[in-house]
Amino acid sequence: MAIYLHRGQKILVQGITGRQGTFHAQQMRAFGANVVGGTSPGKGGTLVDGVPVFDTLREAVGETGATASIVFVPGPYTKDAAFEALENGIRLLVLIPEHVPVADSIDIVARAQDLGADVVGPNTFGVISPGEGTKMGIMPNHIYRPGEVGVVARSGTLSYEIAYQLTNAGLGQSTVVGMGGDPVVGGTFVSVLERFREDAATRAVVLVGEIGGSAEEEAAEYLSTLGKPVVAYLAGRAAPAGKRMGHAGAIIERGRGTLDSKERALAKAGAHVVTVPWEVAPAVASALQ
Amino acid sequence: MKQYEYLAKKILADAGVVIPPGRVVDSPEEARTAVSEIGPVALKAQVLVGGRGKAGGIKFAETPDEAPAVAKQILGMDLKGYRVERLYAEGKLAIERELYVSVTTDRSARCPLVMASAQGGVEIEEVDDSAIVRRHVDPRVGVLPYFGKEMAYAMNLPAGLAREFGDLVEKLYGVYREYDAELVEINPLAVVDGHLVAADARLNIDDSALFRHHSLPVVEEGTPTEHRVHDIGLAFVELDGDIAIMANGAGMAMATLDTIQHFGGRPANFLDAGGGASVEPTAQALAVLVGMHPKAIFVNIFGGITRCDDVAKAIIQVKNTDGIPVPLVVRLTGTNEQEGVALLEREGISAYSEMDKAAQQVVALAGEGR
Repeated sequence: MAIYLHRGQKILVQGITGRQGTFHAQQMRAFGANVVGGTSPGKGGTLVDGVPVFDTLREAVGETGATASIVFVPGPYTKDAAFEALENGIRLLVLIPEHVPVADSIDIVARAQDLGADVVGPNTFGVISPGEGTKMGIMPNHIYRPGEVGVVARSGTLSYEIAYQLTNAGLGQSTVVGMGGDPVVGGTFVSVLERFREDAATRAVVLVGEIGGSAEEEAAEYLSTLGKPVVAYLAGRAAPAGKRMGHAGAIIERGRGTLDSKERALAKAGAHVVTVPWEVAPAVASALQ
Repeated sequence: MKQYEYLAKKILADAGVVIPPGRVVDSPEEARTAVSEIGPVALKAQVLVGGRGKAGGIKFAETPDEAPAVAKQILGMDLKGYRVERLYAEGKLAIERELYVSVTTDRSARCPLVMASAQGGVEIEEVDDSAIVRRHVDPRVGVLPYFGKEMAYAMNLPAGLAREFGDLVEKLYGVYREYDAELVEINPLAVVDGHLVAADARLNIDDSALFRHHSLPVVEEGTPTEHRVHDIGLAFVELDGDIAIMANGAGMAMATLDTIQHFGGRPANFLDAGGGASVEPTAQALAVLVGMHPKAIFVNIFGGITRCDDVAKAIIQVKNTDGIPVPLVVRLTGTNEQEGVALLEREGISAYSEMDKAAQQVVALAGEGR
C-alpha cells in the first residue's frame, strides 16, 4: 500500500513533448510508472519513446481512461492545463511548474475541492511510492527504496537528502510527498498525515518543514490523532527574518511561523524534533524499534 | 514586488478609493510648489520599509517657504538601510479616528483573507486578537458590498461608515485580483469629516504574476550584489557572516546555512542555485560569491535534477578564469557524482560526499567554530 499512488495506475503527462516532459516521462517509466499517454497541442498521433501523444486531454482521457496526470508546462500556462485536466475527469493532479501566479493556484485549489480531486503542488517534486514501483514527479530514482517510512516535505532537494540518508541507513520509504514550495498549494501537512494514518504500509512519518507560514503548527495539532511516530526536521534556523508582508503577515501569524514556535509545537505534540539533517535517520530507526 | 506608497495610491485612486490630494517631490523646490498647490502637507519618504514616521521619514510643512528646508531633512537620509530618493507630499488630514483594512492571501486556508480593525494605526500589530475582524473570501464568489458592510458592523462602525466600508472592501478586493496582489493594505484608514480616506497604503504584487502586468513600474529591492544574482535568475540574500555558500534548492540552501551555524560558522549569504541549474549560471553565481571576498566558500550539492558533473565544470571554469583565492570546500552527492568528483580531483580539488563532514571542514578553514 501507499498513499496517492498504486501499482499500475494509469498516468498522463501534460506537456510530454517538451524537454522536461520527455525526460521525466522516461524517468518515471524507468521507475515502473504506467505512463499511458501525453498531451501536446498539434502533436497528436505521434509517439514519445513509444508513448502516444494526444492533442487534447479530453482525447487522452477518452482513449486511455486515466484519472491521474502530471503537468510540465511553464507557470503562466499552468492554470489552463490544470483546469483542462480537472474538467476532463483527472482526480490526481501533480503540478511540477514553479512561478505559477498565486491567484491561479487559489482558483485551481478551489475547483479541485469542488470536484473532490487531489492536487499536489504547484512547485513540487511530486510523489513517489517505491513499494508500488511508481512515481509522479521529478525526483532522482536511485535514492529511494521500498519500506515503511512516510515522508512529507515542503522542499525538494532537502527531501532528497533525507530520503538518501534513510535509504543508506536501511530505512525504505512507503511514500514520499512533496507538498510544493509555493504560498498556496493543493495539500497541507495535515491532509497528507491523514492519508499516512490510514496507510497500513506506513509505520513512521518524517516531516520536513521550514520557516514561514503555519503549516507545521497545524500539523502538530494533528499528531495525537495520527498515532504513529513522527520525526521532524525543519530548515531555516539561520535564515534571515523572512520577507514581511506589511502588517497583515504579522497579524495572521501572531507569533507562529518562526522556527522556534514550530519546533516547540511539534515537540510538545510528541514529535522527535532533530536540528540537523543527518539526525533524521537515526531518530527514525529508534522510533521503529 | 512591492510598490511605493505613491504608486499604490495611484492604483487605489484609479479603482475609486478616496486618497488625500498629493504629488511626488524629488527636490526641495518641488516641496515648495506642493505646499502652494495643496496647502499644509505631510512630506513622506518613499521607501519600502514600515515604521517611517517613527524613524523620522515623515515631517510636516505648513507654508511654501518652510517646505524646502523640511524636504532637505528627509531627502537623502538613510532610513533603515534605504536611501530616501523621493518624497510624497500629501495634504495634511484632520483625522478623527484610525481604522485598519487589508486583503491578503491566507496560505493555510488557501484563499483570500480580508482583515479589519477599528483600532488602526502604527500599533496595529499589538492590537488584541479580539479587536480584529477576519473574513475569508470564497474565490468563486468574490466580494460584494454586503461583505465589508457586515465586517463594519462587527467593528461597531456607524451606519454611514459601514456603507462606505462595504464599497471600499469591494474595491480593494478588485485591486487584489486585478493586480495579482499578495497584499493590499490601508493603515491607517482615516476617518475625516465622517468619511473614509486612505492615509497610507501598501501594495505588494506576486512576482510570479508580473508577466501579465507589464504596465507596472519595476521597483527593485535589495543590494547591488543581490541584483546581480537575481539577474542570473537565482534566489540570493546577503547575510553578515564570512562563509559564502551555494546550495541547490531553497530548503537545502537553508539547511546548509543551519549546518554552518551548527558548527559555529557564520554564513555570508543564502544562494539557491536552483533545482536544475546548468554550468553557465552556476559559474556566474560562484563568481559573485568569490567577489564577496569571503573567508571560505562552501558548495553543497545534492544532485537530483542538478548534475554533479555540471557543478564541477562550473567550479573549474571559475577557478581557471577569475580564480578562487580562498579555501573552497565542495560536497557532491547524487546524479553523476563520480564524474563530478573525478573532474574536480584532476584540478586538485577534493570533494566530500557527506554534508556534516564538509561543513565542519569549511568552518575550520574559515578559522571559525568551536
